[in-house]
Amino acid sequence: MTVLIIAEHNNNTLNPATLHAVTAAQKLGAVHVLVAGNAAAAVAEQAKQVAGVEKVLLAEAAQFENALPEEVAPLVVSLAGAYSHIAATATAFGKNLLPRVAALLDVSQVSDVTDVVDAQTFTHPIYAGNAFETIKTTESKLVLTIRATAFDAAAAEGGNAAVETVAATPAQNLSRFVGRELTKSDRPELTQAKIIVSGGRAMGSAEKFNELLTPLADKLGAAIGASRAAVDAGYAPNDYQVGQTGKVVAPSLYVAVGISGAIQHLAGMQDSKVIVAINKDPDAPIFAVADYGLVGDAFDLVPELVNAL
Amino acid sequence: MKALVAVKRVVDYNIKVRVKADGSDVDIGNVKMSMNPFDEIAVEEAVSLKEAGKLTEVVVVSIGVKQCEETLRTALAMGADRAIHVETDGKLEPLAVAKLLKAVQAQENAEIVLLGKQAIDDDANQTGQMLAALLNAPQATFASKVELSADEVQVTREIDGGLETVAIKLPAVITTDLRLNEPRYVKLPNIMQAKKKPLAKTSPAELGVDVTPRFSVLKVAEPKGRSAGVKVETVAELVAKLKNEAKVI
Repeated sequence: MTVLIIAEHNNNTLNPATLHAVTAAQKLGAVHVLVAGNAAAAVAEQAKQVAGVEKVLLAEAAQFENALPEEVAPLVVSLAGAYSHIAATATAFGKNLLPRVAALLDVSQVSDVTDVVDAQTFTHPIYAGNAFETIKTTESKLVLTIRATAFDAAAAEGGNAAVETVAATPAQNLSRFVGRELTKSDRPELTQAKIIVSGGRAMGSAEKFNELLTPLADKLGAAIGASRAAVDAGYAPNDYQVGQTGKVVAPSLYVAVGISGAIQHLAGMQDSKVIVAINKDPDAPIFAVADYGLVGDAFDLVPELVNAL
Repeated sequence: MKALVAVKRVVDYNIKVRVKADGSDVDIGNVKMSMNPFDEIAVEEAVSLKEAGKLTEVVVVSIGVKQCEETLRTALAMGADRAIHVETDGKLEPLAVAKLLKAVQAQENAEIVLLGKQAIDDDANQTGQMLAALLNAPQATFASKVELSADEVQVTREIDGGLETVAIKLPAVITTDLRLNEPRYVKLPNIMQAKKKPLAKTSPAELGVDVTPRFSVLKVAEPKGRSAGVKVETVAELVAKLKNEAKVI
C-alpha cells in the first residue's frame, strides 16, 4: 500500500505540520509526497530529506501558487490511481482541500485521525473531543486528514527520496487569489510551540491582554493563544483561537489565564502534557483538567509569576 | 439571485455528551437539540444579504429525521422564505449529504449555497467542500466576510496564519466561520409567521441518491481522562512544581 501526502508550503518552505502526516502514513505503507506549487523546487528538496519519504512528486504551474483547492484537487485526482490512501494534516489547508478530492473520487474521508488501527480502521474525535469513534470501511481508497498533535513529526533530515516531476492539470479558473493578510509574530507557531500562554475574556481589553501575557510568553519562549471569548471581544486575532473551531494544540505546558474552560476550548488543549490554570473562580471548569491550579486575580498573579521565573 | 442554505439539527452546543455504557454510540436521548451554530451564521448571512437587496430568495434545506422540521422552522423565523426537508432516518455521512444537497441544488439552481464550516456533532468539516466538488463549483471555506457582486463573490477566509481573500465565480459554495456575523434572535411574531411559510418534503429515493453508509462504527469511547490536579497556594509553589515535579520549564 502506498500513501500520497499532500505537502503544505508557501513555495519556499515546507510547513512542519506536514511532517506529522508523514508519521501517520508510515503506519499504512510507503509514503509519497506531492508538492504542488509555482517555482516550488526548494520545497521538493526539503520534502525529499524527510525521514520515511520514498518519493516526492513535484507539479509546478502558475495556478498552483496559492494552493486554491479548485486547482489542486484535479491534480491530486489525476495521480490518485496509484494510491490506497490520500492524506494531509488537518490544518486549514488540509481541511479545505481534501474533502474536495474525496468527493471527486467518490470516496469517503475520515477527518482528524488520531489513531491508525489498520489500513481501513481509524479513530477520530467527535462531539468536541468528548468521544472518540473508531470506524471501519470497505472502501478501496480513502482520504484522511491527520490530527498533528496525535502523531510525532517525522525527522526533517535523514531521508533521501527521489524527486519526480509530474504533469500539471489544466487551470480551472473558477477562483482567483486576491490577497493574504498574515498575523506578524516572532513567536513560535501556535500548533508547533512547546509552551503556550493563553488568555480569556477576563483580560478585559486588547491592551491588557498584551500587557499581561506578553511578558510571561517572552519569559517562557511561549506562543500566545486565546479563548473564543477573547477573540470575539477583539482582544486577540482570530488565528490565536484554541478550541474545537480553532486550533488543536498539545504543548508540554499550557498556561490558561482567565479562561473558564468551556467544552469547546478544552477540545483544543486537553492533550497538553501539563496544564496550569490561573483563574479567580475556584469553581471554573478549567480546574477539572488543570494539573496545577492557582486561584486568584490574574492581574496580580501573572506579573508575580513573571518575576519568579 | 437565490441562496440555498443547509442547516443541521445537532445536540445543543452547551451539552456535554456522554458515551453509552456499551460503547456503541454517544447518548443523545432526551438531550436538547438545536440548529448547528455555524448554520445559524449561514442563515443569518443569507437573510442579511436579502435584506440588503443582494438576494431575492433564501431557501433552507435540512436532511434527517422528522424533528429537523423544527430546525427548518427556526431558519424560517430568522427570515428564510421557504424550506425543504429531505426526510431520512439514521445518520448520514458527509458524502451522502453532499450528494443529496447536489440533487436539491439541481432543482433550485441557486447562485450561492451557504453551509456552516462544520457540524459540532461529527466535527467532519467536509460537506461544503464535497458539494462544491460535485457541482464543479468554486468553494470559499471558513468565511469571515462575504461581498457579493453580479458575477463573482469575494470572500475573506480564516486561515492558520491570518486571513486570505479569494474571488470565486458564481454559482459558488461558501462555508461560514464564527466571525462572519452575529445571528439574530427570533422574535415570537416571526415564529408565528414561520409556521405559515412553505415547507416541502422529499426523500433520498425521490432525489435518486444512494445514501448507503461507507463506514461502520466499531466503537465509541470516552476520551482518556486527565488525572486530578492540585491547587497550589502561591506563585512560588507553582514555579517550584513546574520546575521540579513537572519539569516543563
